[in-house]
Amino acid sequence: MKSLFQKLSFVAAGLALATSTHAADITVKGSDTLVVLAQKWAEVYMGQHADVKIQVTGGGSGVGFAALQNQTTDIADASRPIKPAEKAACIKAFNKVPTEYKVAVDGLSVYVNDANPVKELTLTNLHGIFTGAIKNWKEVGGKDAPITVYSRENSSGTYEFFKEHVLNKDDFAASAQTMPGTALLLQSISKDKNGIGYGGAAYGSGARAIGVKKDAASPAVEPTETTVLNQTYPIWRYLYNYVNPALDKDAVHAYLTWIRSAAGQKVVKEVGYYALPADLQTK
Amino acid sequence: MTSDSRRSFETGRFNFASFFFTGVTGLATALILAILAVILLNVFINGWSGLSWRFVTAGTEKDMFDVDKAGVFPMIFGTTARVILMTIFVIPVGVITAIYLTEYAHASSLFTRAIRSAVNNLAGVPSIVFGLFGLGFFINFLGHSVLDPALHPGHPEIIAWGKPAIIWASLTLAVMTLPVVIVTTEEALKAIAPGLREASLALGASKLETIVRIVLPQALPGIMTGGILAVSRAAGEVAPILFTGAAYYMASLPHSLTDQFMDLGYHVFVLSTQSPNVDKTKPILYGTVAVLLLLTFSLNLVAIFVRANMRKKLRAMN
Amino acid sequence: MAITNPGSKMNDSWVGIQRGQRVRPWAWLVEKGIFLVSLSAILMIFLIFVFVAREALPIFLGQVSTASGQKVIPVADMEKLTPAELQAYLGLTPRQYAEMDTDTKRTLMEVKIEELKGISKDPDTALNTVAWRQMIFGHQWSGYPAPVYIWQPVSEVQKYNIIPLLLGSLKATLVALLFSVPLSLGAAIYVSQLANPRVREWLKPMIELLAGIPSVVLGFFGLIVLATVLQKVFGYQSRLNAFVAGIALGLAIIPGVFSIAEDALTSVPRTYTQAALALGSSRWQAAWQIVLPAAIPGVFAAVVLGFGRAIGETMVVLMASGNASIVSWNIFDSARTMTATIAAEMAEAVVGGTHYRILFMLGTLLFVVTFVANLAGDLVIHRLKRRLEGKSA
Repeated sequence: MKSLFQKLSFVAAGLALATSTHAADITVKGSDTLVVLAQKWAEVYMGQHADVKIQVTGGGSGVGFAALQNQTTDIADASRPIKPAEKAACIKAFNKVPTEYKVAVDGLSVYVNDANPVKELTLTNLHGIFTGAIKNWKEVGGKDAPITVYSRENSSGTYEFFKEHVLNKDDFAASAQTMPGTALLLQSISKDKNGIGYGGAAYGSGARAIGVKKDAASPAVEPTETTVLNQTYPIWRYLYNYVNPALDKDAVHAYLTWIRSAAGQKVVKEVGYYALPADLQTK
Repeated sequence: MTSDSRRSFETGRFNFASFFFTGVTGLATALILAILAVILLNVFINGWSGLSWRFVTAGTEKDMFDVDKAGVFPMIFGTTARVILMTIFVIPVGVITAIYLTEYAHASSLFTRAIRSAVNNLAGVPSIVFGLFGLGFFINFLGHSVLDPALHPGHPEIIAWGKPAIIWASLTLAVMTLPVVIVTTEEALKAIAPGLREASLALGASKLETIVRIVLPQALPGIMTGGILAVSRAAGEVAPILFTGAAYYMASLPHSLTDQFMDLGYHVFVLSTQSPNVDKTKPILYGTVAVLLLLTFSLNLVAIFVRANMRKKLRAMN
Repeated sequence: MAITNPGSKMNDSWVGIQRGQRVRPWAWLVEKGIFLVSLSAILMIFLIFVFVAREALPIFLGQVSTASGQKVIPVADMEKLTPAELQAYLGLTPRQYAEMDTDTKRTLMEVKIEELKGISKDPDTALNTVAWRQMIFGHQWSGYPAPVYIWQPVSEVQKYNIIPLLLGSLKATLVALLFSVPLSLGAAIYVSQLANPRVREWLKPMIELLAGIPSVVLGFFGLIVLATVLQKVFGYQSRLNAFVAGIALGLAIIPGVFSIAEDALTSVPRTYTQAALALGSSRWQAAWQIVLPAAIPGVFAAVVLGFGRAIGETMVVLMASGNASIVSWNIFDSARTMTATIAAEMAEAVVGGTHYRILFMLGTLLFVVTFVANLAGDLVIHRLKRRLEGKSA
């Protein structure tokens, strides 16, 4: 049976191939917010280090932590800090708490359609809109039109961050449409006069980011580099990399150190996020 | 049925009911074809500008979202690699099953009916369930619980097989396309004149010899059609590879069976949902869709016509 | 040398032909091998069911609970606990417990405190949300004015009600069937009964070509083109919804429904039509009153199989349905289907966790539904063909 022989020899070849993996293979998995940045980092870094191969996959921060815990990735990208439950799961899997590195700063923008007259919203307004308590734009000073809420898939760190910091952990309205990526969300809003959604600043084109007020009395702040870095814009966050301490050596460690250095942080700005404050950068 | 309508047919006079009925069904046919044409025109008119030699040969080292630099070669490579791997698994199994069904099994036996029923049911299992199966069986069970401990005993931290990889994606797709190969091969085998087999036997060949030397060579075009159909079905599938091997981004081509891979279909999904700027990357998106469609369509076209010819032969024989 | 085929009777066809001389042993082995390989399809169906259902088993058996009524135990009190208590408190398996050193356990204690403190005072945290009651019936969660059906798996209180997903799947599937069945059926009647034979040779492959469009491309088409066009035509509010997804889904199932229906219509013996024509009926009368009634079970089967195909389709609905988990019968509202939910959330779910198992349960549900639909469809077609062949002989 020739075909069977072919099959067997193929499997044998596969086994031989699989055992000869590179020592300097780094896999990075996690947040979709970070994936563009992580990919850019990988490109620039690999340009300088020909012996290192970096594989970047997205899917969401939860994906990254799940993979970290299942030990299918070296580095987990996350747009939110690790949760205690995830930490516990990691300890159960490899007896260690994952090491946390802050790698960039991100301002989370709230997007509306360009034609929407509403220029600013308070955090309370946002809470009402995204939990479904506020259903019409006229309740927040807009036209008499129903609000369409766009949200992200629940595997994204952006979803969880927004839920925690803007919704105070309350549930999103069931009618919120969930988009598999921020790009799709933005595109949907750009085609929906009554749409509102949220997303990382890196994706910010196609619809308009609105000003956010901490409360009714404070001034509206638009997400810009200055307002995010001096923390007057209320919705900002760190972006993180997590790594199994046992793996945080050699190539992986060198890569993580480079990411947080001035060279790595230069890439951050190119992609549209904000560089870490100087005290968090490596020399 | 009154005699009136019959008479109208006989005299060839205009008959409204007949006209209406033919019109409505003909319109339905035309509408389906029109939709097909709209999709194709939309994709190729918009995708044409994005298609170039550079686009299909360039990689993603620079920036996968950069309209001027990004190419789809890694995706073409990944998709091609996974379907070739898949055929290596699915063709032997599918062809052997088809041989059993046509050459050995009795149509009425319980076994035959169970196999046929399983084949039909396999064809109807949702693609996402194949994805779950790939994750639950190939990755978590075969890779993580069997192969990794067996190949690296005492090193639970080494995970070579228990993770998404091109081999698992290919195997998952092989299971999914098994019915396609079985059914097409069966058709091909049935289309071979029984006289050939009888002549071979009469000359003293054994049954197995007859199958291997006479029947299979004759059925080769049919078997190839099955392979092509399976490949065209698998090439565009995304749901089964979501959790079994497709990668959002990879800097290099997969170099071993346990690597993940970039994929044309998955890239279409990524570009339409996760690109940093949907409007700006539209040319890449349309270009990728065009490449994917060219691939699956040309495969399908070939298969459909070979198959149609085979069916004609089969009908002529009966 | 008998070839293994239990229960078969010898007949004088090729299948029954056996050589008079003794077959060589290797040939016997190979033939045995052929038989074994031929069981692969059965094996695969079996494996698919077993391995998909296996991951969901704890849910079906009610062994998983999300209820957290745990008290916080200070790290200093670790020594006071018995190993069994500590193991249960930390949620470790016996093997994990045995392999873990004391320092690691202490770290885990600290993390556990962090975890328990993080849980809000929401009374619903004491509730097991993966009990069948919570997954199927509405529940009045704290902070909600009335009982609701909610799918919110990533939340303080994970809410796993599957009703919105079932409804979403049904809605999109229904639209797909309403759109595609009349079209495919009309086309099948036209192609098999009315069209000029030379045109038919072209039409059939052309329609089958539609099957060559991958579902991700149909999803893309629905998302980028259909959504905009249909919203302009119908003027509904939500751009991505069950209707758009259903139409795109319909495109995905047209080739399948068409093929089966066309096949059923063609398998009605020519003699039926000829007899009708000879008696003076027109072609459409023969098609409508003779052929279609004879083939009606096949048409039914086509619809059932189309249903199975539509409810299991993933990429189209993931991209074009808007994915909001609402309970609403309005087809112009967004819908979240079971398949899209699995596709969007599986990557995030921790292997072996509650969310992971729930998603596998959805997969098992899908498998069972499509399995039944397929079996029913197949049975009907099988019977129909036998009946038609019997009569035509």
